[in-house]
Amino acid sequence: MNKTVNQRAWWFVLPVVLLVAFNAVIPLMTVVNYSVQESFGSNMFFWSGVRWFEEVLRSERFHASLLRQLAFTAAILAIEVPLGLAIALAMPRRGPWVSVCLVLMALPLLIPWNVVGAMWNIMALPTIGLLSETLHALGFDYNYTREPGAAWFTVILMDVWHWTSLVVLLCYAGLVSIPDAYYQAAKIDGARPWAVFRYIQLPKLRYVLTIAILLRFMDSFMIYTEVVVLTGGGPGTATTFLSIDLVKTALGQFDLGPAAAMSLVYFLIILLMSWLFYTLMMRNQSR
Amino acid sequence: MRARYWVPTLYIVFLLLPIYWLLNMSFKTTNEILGGFSLWPHEFTLENYRVIFTDATWYNGYIASIQYVALNTVLSVAAALPAAYAFSRYRFLGDKHLFFWLLTNRMAPPAVFALPFYQLYSAVGLFDTPFAVALAHTLFNIPLAVWILEGFMSGVPKELDETAYVDGYSFWGFFIRIFIPTIAAGIGVACFFCFMFSWVELLLAKTLTAVDAKPIAALMTKTASTSGYQLGLLAAAGSLTLIPGAVVIYFVRNYIAKGFALGRV
Amino acid sequence: MQGTSVFAWMAWTWPTAAFFAFIVLCLVGMTVWEFRSPGGAPRHGILGLDTTRGDRLFISLLGSAFIFLAWLGLVGTPLWAPLVIAVLYAGAVFRWV
Repeated sequence: MNKTVNQRAWWFVLPVVLLVAFNAVIPLMTVVNYSVQESFGSNMFFWSGVRWFEEVLRSERFHASLLRQLAFTAAILAIEVPLGLAIALAMPRRGPWVSVCLVLMALPLLIPWNVVGAMWNIMALPTIGLLSETLHALGFDYNYTREPGAAWFTVILMDVWHWTSLVVLLCYAGLVSIPDAYYQAAKIDGARPWAVFRYIQLPKLRYVLTIAILLRFMDSFMIYTEVVVLTGGGPGTATTFLSIDLVKTALGQFDLGPAAAMSLVYFLIILLMSWLFYTLMMRNQSR
Repeated sequence: MRARYWVPTLYIVFLLLPIYWLLNMSFKTTNEILGGFSLWPHEFTLENYRVIFTDATWYNGYIASIQYVALNTVLSVAAALPAAYAFSRYRFLGDKHLFFWLLTNRMAPPAVFALPFYQLYSAVGLFDTPFAVALAHTLFNIPLAVWILEGFMSGVPKELDETAYVDGYSFWGFFIRIFIPTIAAGIGVACFFCFMFSWVELLLAKTLTAVDAKPIAALMTKTASTSGYQLGLLAAAGSLTLIPGAVVIYFVRNYIAKGFALGRV
Repeated sequence: MQGTSVFAWMAWTWPTAAFFAFIVLCLVGMTVWEFRSPGGAPRHGILGLDTTRGDRLFISLLGSAFIFLAWLGLVGTPLWAPLVIAVLYAGAVFRWV
């Protein structure tokens, strides 16, 4: 759509700008201020320069949480995107079951995040959990509070349970928007299912898949509540991702300076990644 | 039934298992839960639910949650409507950057903002009120609402606006009487998403409340840690938090797929 | 700057205030520049991206932030060297990207 140039449109966006600025700019400025000072109590501040940044950038603990975070995000993207796509492709396109499928699939997305954690906690508890008992019956030695591997397995399974539906719904929306004529033409040409997928469905899905990856990337990068409720970041620090580490520093030890410096580094990483994804997405859209 | 339908069927079974397990726990007595593994409640009880509906701290938690979620939804969508219209119809200086800046707030981890938010809302005297949480949640809900509404509005041809002006409508007359009804579906979807993300977010909601406006889901965590391990009660409270979500999904079921694609498919 | 005002908790310092003033000045400057001589259509730079002036400012600032972080993490203080690199980088971005 060709848009008219109209500088007075700023008046329309003013309420949004004011509200978001109140919520985003003031706290962001505060974080920047804290990041260069040392705090005693809650209102004594002393200049400390860039020391906290140096400390955070060189701390083993931050590197470890960042690595864990990247591994987690990579793992869930690698599982959820192909799985979601496969489910969306196998779903019926019309008929009474479509609504039922969609409503049931959207259900996990609307559960408060700590309830999700609590649910999986109940699933994974020894002796009373369905998951743990099933695994024990199959002969696995499963204990997510003691073994890092089991904890990772549970956390990833929980995230797959929680968020794959988002990918399914996005892909499904993309698939139903493909006109029937395309499929008919493919049928006449005698195209194989793989060719239909590769040359008709995948190009149409490129945009929704980018949104799916962008949303899943952002949300998994800030995962906090579910994991805290489920494992508390443990055993040890095995599932301490960036947000968990940050909250432990900020609220637990009340170290405002280091927490603020860490927040900023974290925020810059997200900003860079999001900008890359966003640029990519806009390029795909304009094509 | 076609052969490939087993894929979504299996997936839905997988989705329902933990939900079933939660419900199962909520109908069991504490003795049965601690007694061992059972696939369904042998001593069926509603005691856990009775506790929640008669104890003021519990049901106030629900009221508090609903209050801030509703406030937030109204606030976010009302502010986002004119902004989305501006983005979909006009070009203005810095429009693309403004749009991206809004989106970066959807991307900002709440953990980064938790502490300054606590101090900001204490400073303006809103701490521990539903307004604080509702306002704080606009941080990520306004960008989302703008994004969704802009997608839906861009699907409406510009000729609609022009015809209305020719017919003698003022801008606001057109906007309220013609444009808003036209994109009603989009507004519904935007409301749904604002509801959803405000309902499920907990880190900020927990940080910004102490007693009066404590959301239900935060109460659950507190109960689990302070008063021993009351799994049945926890499960019952958790089960009750599923209901509002299920209700709103039912209302938007026909638009759900399009909504998740942010109105752009 | 220890005030007793309602905003004392923000803990302002001169350097951070100057930093934000610089960002605001950048934005104001870009707006004035755009009004005086409109930059017009985005251009296709060496990265294969279509960028406007505002995009280039954003890429410069974000890139500079990472230059400073990398220097701090790998080398340490003082920060004059990364400042020079960041300015050169920003110049390069405005010229070629």
